Amino acid sequence: MSSPAIPLETTATATPVAEERKPLGKKEIASDHPTWCPGCGDFAVLALYFKMIERRKLWQEKITTISGIGCSSRFPYFVQAHGAHFIHGRALSFASGISLSRPDLHVFVFGGDGDAFSIGGNHFTHTARKNIKLTYVVMDNWVYGLTKKQTSPTSPLGFKSKTDIWGAVDYPINPMKQAIAAGATFVARTTHSNPNHVLQMMEAAADHDGFGFIECLSECVEFYDGAFDASNPRKGGQFNLVPADHDATDEQAAYKLADEPFPGYFGIFRQVNKPTKNAREAAVNAAAGEKFKGLKDWQILQKTFERMR
Amino acid sequence: MSCHSGLSAVWAGINLIMSDTASPPEAVGGKSNTASISEAVIRIAGDSQDGIQAIGGFLARLAGRSEQDVMTFMTIPSTISGGPSIFQVRIGSGEVLSAGDEADVLLAFYQHSYEDHLDSLKKRGIVLYDSDHVEPRPEWKADYNHVGIPISSLTIEAIGGTGKDKGKNIFALGLLARMFALNVSKLEQLITERFTGKDPGVLRNALMAFHSGQNYSLGNVVETFRFVESQRKDSRQVVMNGNEALAYGVIAAGVRFGAAYPITPWSDVMEILRRELPKYGGTFVQCEDEIASISLALGSGYAGKVAVTGSSGPGISLKTEAIGWGVMAEVPLVIINVQRGGPSTGLPTQVEQSDLNLACHGGHGDSPRIVLAPGNVEECFYMAIEAVNIARKYNVPVILLSDQAIATRIEAFAEPNLERLCQDISPDLTPVPTYKPYDLSALEGTTPRVVPGTRILDGKYPIACGLEHDEYGHPSASPKMHAQMNARRRRKLQAFAATLSTPKTYGPPEGNVLLVGWGSTRGPLQEAVDRARAAGDSVSALHIKYINPLPPGLENVFAGFNKVFVVEMNDEGLYGYGQLAAVLRARFCDPKIRGINKTDGLTFKVKEILERAKADVAAGMNKL
Repeated sequence: MSSPAIPLETTATATPVAEERKPLGKKEIASDHPTWCPGCGDFAVLALYFKMIERRKLWQEKITTISGIGCSSRFPYFVQAHGAHFIHGRALSFASGISLSRPDLHVFVFGGDGDAFSIGGNHFTHTARKNIKLTYVVMDNWVYGLTKKQTSPTSPLGFKSKTDIWGAVDYPINPMKQAIAAGATFVARTTHSNPNHVLQMMEAAADHDGFGFIECLSECVEFYDGAFDASNPRKGGQFNLVPADHDATDEQAAYKLADEPFPGYFGIFRQVNKPTKNAREAAVNAAAGEKFKGLKDWQILQKTFERMR
Repeated sequence: MSCHSGLSAVWAGINLIMSDTASPPEAVGGKSNTASISEAVIRIAGDSQDGIQAIGGFLARLAGRSEQDVMTFMTIPSTISGGPSIFQVRIGSGEVLSAGDEADVLLAFYQHSYEDHLDSLKKRGIVLYDSDHVEPRPEWKADYNHVGIPISSLTIEAIGGTGKDKGKNIFALGLLARMFALNVSKLEQLITERFTGKDPGVLRNALMAFHSGQNYSLGNVVETFRFVESQRKDSRQVVMNGNEALAYGVIAAGVRFGAAYPITPWSDVMEILRRELPKYGGTFVQCEDEIASISLALGSGYAGKVAVTGSSGPGISLKTEAIGWGVMAEVPLVIINVQRGGPSTGLPTQVEQSDLNLACHGGHGDSPRIVLAPGNVEECFYMAIEAVNIARKYNVPVILLSDQAIATRIEAFAEPNLERLCQDISPDLTPVPTYKPYDLSALEGTTPRVVPGTRILDGKYPIACGLEHDEYGHPSASPKMHAQMNARRRRKLQAFAATLSTPKTYGPPEGNVLLVGWGSTRGPLQEAVDRARAAGDSVSALHIKYINPLPPGLENVFAGFNKVFVVEMNDEGLYGYGQLAAVLRARFCDPKIRGINKTDGLTFKVKEILERAKADVAAGMNKL
């Protein structure tokens, strides 16, 4: 992790009993029973989040789970740890505020395609280009589920919904291209039907120092049954891993992968190391702090006031 | 207030005091016709790129360093460059409550400056005009004392011509220094401070322009003046505008995170915070939009770093959904609204107090939040600290309503004791045994927050949420729970209101007319009281700085008066009273509460307030 933007006074109190603590199992980390429909892809994402927390030995006081609005955004209620359920489309901004003011926390954000690419599209672009350190998993089901089947920004042309009874007429967003173009430093694609792959991607995104984005196909069995069958070998589809020779630092190559028709590829499309906003702000602060070394806050302000006498 | 000496009919425009106690006026520039004055209003009119704000700023800062009181008023065009602009400075040896209704001296750079602003000058007042650009109107010569000086060409002559007439503002400052016997070495010091660090030629030219203006012989045409000694020699003063005071107040309060989007007239607050916070280990983020910025600020507040966001009207409209989340989730936040004229894009560079309804009620659902409104620059500083502390104590968004007039006006006030005021509000991450964020048994509805990073030993962690929730922050659709949680959110504000004391009237607590105001009208209302009482009228004023909730006991204050006028820079509305008046009428059901409103984008003049009150009282056949 980059050096703290704000020195934290209290790290000493964190865990005096650290060595006695066992990794959090499902018993400790599971909270409310999920409100999702039976068969929903989101269950897999939740289960694998728990798994990742256990495997990465993340403690409840070291993470926050943040979401916006939508079926998938009920996520924080199902996790027994600090979390927040924010307003529609703004989860990334809220999470950015946490990330930039509390470098000791790992911020995980979960949401759906409406949150990420429609009402929150602007925030997706800017959080990615600023490379704010956090992990963002979009559970993309190609439909608005919580409000019962309206067209989503990722619904394919021709998808029949209550707001497009004759079939969707608007071209869908390609989340991968969107993320690459915005400058996201970690861009991966996975699907709920391959749990091991979801876990791999989540761990890689969590380990990434920067904005880690995962599009996870997550089927809505209620309103878009079978949407992702073509990517699921159990349903006669194909699960194609990103080719082993793909260079994730090559932006053009990443676009090429993203341009493949469905089911496309799964894996890390793009991964580059670029200083995070967290690190850049920390550098600004370090330079500013150097000039005022040894002064208390009130003395720094006093110096400013002296110039206003 | 206008104590004319009677000795000098020509200079009757200036508030002259023939001081008995002051030492005899000293000769200035070899002349001995120097009069002592208690205060002066100087209006400088030109174009926005002429640096007239700089002259005003120098004068204000000089007043501050001379223990004098000062208040400024400015207008700027909403264009990027060019356009008429004014800066008015009122300097006094006693208390200065407003920027002054009429100017004693008008300094006019152009024909339009001269023609548009001559009526702001007192009859017999002095107009100093740049004779290179201004052709005086013969018909005005009898009413105003015209002094033409070739400011542009003298400036070019003084600094060598390469900079054209750049620097004529500093030349004009020199003229004013001569005219008012201002402290030359202090002004030189201020000019040096301002221009140090730039190209040394710039400072040299500025000082040459200043000396040239200062040495210009006014003696044969204009009498000079000297301010009587200030009555407040004891305290050291700082001089700043309202936006600066807000920014430094937020820093003193210990806020180390903020986020915003640029908008006039809020932007300089965020520019200051962006520049200054890193010195304190803090960060200010310029966001992609207004919604993102309040969201970042709420995220930081949720994470234990109480944050600030701000904007002007249009931006606050965009933030309202998130404000509701802050109320629901009980997350502390300070939101600054530097009001401008609305609705929509409205009057971006002019003043209005028309966001009170938005501040108190903006957003859907019942979302009680706290609204404070500072009345002057000094209060901007102290109320920023207060807002942070209220937000922390009650875990609620607090809106600070400033406006364009306070934002841009410069005042001097006693230097705050920063060692005592500055606070550390870092979160406490000590593990706790258990935590119920929305505890219904908390009598006043306030529960200290336990923030991320804190281990909760019983393993039950809180979710901050916008859905109606149970005591742990998990969704609840129980109708009873919604009613109980609504009550909890309301009780916090009621508990806060109970800590407030009834504001005191300015002037006697009983009488005929009470002028009620909020925000930046405080000074003009108090001056209106002074003026009315000097004329024998029974007028008092009441300034309300806690807008939502209101302080207790206002009904008792109102009971002491026959008429209550709520003076606001907003529209009189469908029913004849403005936004605060509507709140007061709803609260007290008192038909004697009436409105004095205006929306011309300018601050209230004292005489405007008095004339309007008089007219209304006359309509009711009462003596004022």
